Amino acid sequence: MTAAQIIFYILSAFILGTAILSVTTRKIFRSAIWLLFSLIGVAGLYFWLEVEFIAAVQIVVYVGGIVVLIIFSIFLTQQSGKEMAKASLVRTIASALAVVFGFAFTFLLIYDYGFEAGNKNFDWSVSKIGSQMMGTKEGGYALPFEVVSILLLAAMIGCIVIAMKSKPEEK
Amino acid sequence: MSDIPISHILFVSTALFFIGMYGLFTRRNLITMLMSIELILNSVNINFVVFNKYLYPEKLDGIFFTIFIITIAAAEAAIAIAIIINLYRSHRSIDVEDASEMKY
Repeated sequence: MTAAQIIFYILSAFILGTAILSVTTRKIFRSAIWLLFSLIGVAGLYFWLEVEFIAAVQIVVYVGGIVVLIIFSIFLTQQSGKEMAKASLVRTIASALAVVFGFAFTFLLIYDYGFEAGNKNFDWSVSKIGSQMMGTKEGGYALPFEVVSILLLAAMIGCIVIAMKSKPEEK
Repeated sequence: MSDIPISHILFVSTALFFIGMYGLFTRRNLITMLMSIELILNSVNINFVVFNKYLYPEKLDGIFFTIFIITIAAAEAAIAIAIIINLYRSHRSIDVEDASEMKY
């Protein structure tokens, strides 16, 4: 085993272990912290795949943004030390069975297909990504970029409108 | 780098997807369900990056899809949390069983 293989298996075990803890722990604050570790593990996997740009975006947006937002909303809505109600046994068993069989079926299909990896080097650079993102020629992503920017603006205004306290009518 | 077959990486992303599904099935709390959705979106992102890198190394489309998914996930989390906080104000609870006025 080479060092790259060992690092990959350690990263995978870390991601899956923390993800399982995140969906099974009964304390909601711990669940958010395990999710944080799982997302950091995914960022590590991107570093291992040598797409450092996506890893940086993952850390900035997910770990720095979404998880912090989730932790704030936990503080605003719950007593974080309290344990959540246990799911009923029937539901737990049924969903575990559904998930295990679904996973086995899907992975069997993937394994049988046997994707053939080419030998070419993956050459990306931030300048290539940027020029294609803004490109209007074939393969350019200028239109989706603009659509997503409008979507973000709409989401921002929508959040403010939804979460705004409605003022009591004066007189 | 290439000494890991692509199916091992797909194993990780598939397992992450189904762990997220398990959380979505068993949890009854809106915030934890949102966290499960984040896990599912992450598994999809891993798939896009891996397919882009291993199968079509001369293109960049998987990277773009990953960036757009991350952006939309951030917008979705912000909206969902605004709705959850608003729901908590009116119901004093964020359990999905307690928010059933619009069910029928």
